[in-house]
Amino acid sequence: MSAPGPVDAQQLSWMTTRLDAALGWARKFSIFQYPFVTACCGMEYMATACSHYDVDRFGAGFPRFSPRQADVLFVVGTISHKIAPVLKRIYDQMVEPKWVVAFGVCTCTGGFYDNYATVMGIDTIIPVDCYIPGCPPRPENVLDGLIKLQEKIQHGARVTLARPPELTIPHRPEEHL
Amino acid sequence: MGAPAGSVVELLTARFPQWVIASHAYRGDQTVIIRREGLLDVCWFLRDDQAVAFNVLMDLSCVDYLTFGRQQASAPMMRSPSPLPYFMKPKPAGAEAWQRHVDEEFRFEVVYHFYSTIKNHRLRIKVPVAVGDPVVESVTRIWKAADWFEREVWDMFGIRFRGHPNLRRLLMYEEFQGHALRKDYPITKRQPLIGPVDQDPSAPKVPIIVGID
Repeated sequence: MSAPGPVDAQQLSWMTTRLDAALGWARKFSIFQYPFVTACCGMEYMATACSHYDVDRFGAGFPRFSPRQADVLFVVGTISHKIAPVLKRIYDQMVEPKWVVAFGVCTCTGGFYDNYATVMGIDTIIPVDCYIPGCPPRPENVLDGLIKLQEKIQHGARVTLARPPELTIPHRPEEHL
Repeated sequence: MGAPAGSVVELLTARFPQWVIASHAYRGDQTVIIRREGLLDVCWFLRDDQAVAFNVLMDLSCVDYLTFGRQQASAPMMRSPSPLPYFMKPKPAGAEAWQRHVDEEFRFEVVYHFYSTIKNHRLRIKVPVAVGDPVVESVTRIWKAADWFEREVWDMFGIRFRGHPNLRRLLMYEEFQGHALRKDYPITKRQPLIGPVDQDPSAPKVPIIVGID
């Protein structure tokens, strides 16, 4: 066997780029979702998932009810402090690569709940890739979020923990008293 | 106050004069306030007596009157009803319009709603409870439906029910300190089981928000 010759770095990077693109393309059209549905947003999730709006057009029509087989965690509905460890555990059980969608304003910021029971946005517990505010969001909004999530999956953007400034609400309970 | 003749209110008042504190009726909705020492007596009577036959416990809840009449509410003011309810004293001259005078021993009020499927009538029973000794007899032996209601009241208001088979928190988690619906529970107090994660400053901030471009 002859010694390996000098590696053509340009060709190698072309190879990995094309591979990443192919993987991203495959992943974004085969989203296995785990719907973590806790509240009324679940109705809107069902409306989006069923035939009228049909998320299957985007390759996301196959909910898996095991986190070990899922790619995207849809957190749909209010998360209370009591259920928060369960959500964290579900997230930890998912294999990489994984993405998280905060569906509805309760999961984005806590929504109109500002009390002893509610988590003020799931990004205080797990990283979130896509925020879909709305109470509940319209199915068009959900599809918009799904398409944007697909772009993110395609381009391999890293997950983020930062809540966007538009969704940051200062906590001023004394103003309501 | 206007209970019709032969009504449940009249029956209870005649039978348990030592336990009935007050009663009133408004458009057919009858309420009797009784001392907590007589709760079990009254409840056994309400369920087993054929004349009343309250076989359904519709609801069991609690009210906290901590700030009632002591601090000005933001809600539109109510004028003091006349005659005064049992837990209010006449206000002294010069008191503010919103000030009521409520006794300490009436801090909590446990409220029972009954319905009779046999007689098709309803009744509300209220039991005042002091904050220093928040114990009420459990009615789980009389109506099994009381089980979770009493657990909820214990969870939210910290009132213990003597004789309850399994008085644990119902809604909140075991690690929760205090009772969330008491008026002296701090409105901003949070007790998360898993804390907020620290933000990773090196993570690129590229979130997607739908609807904001």
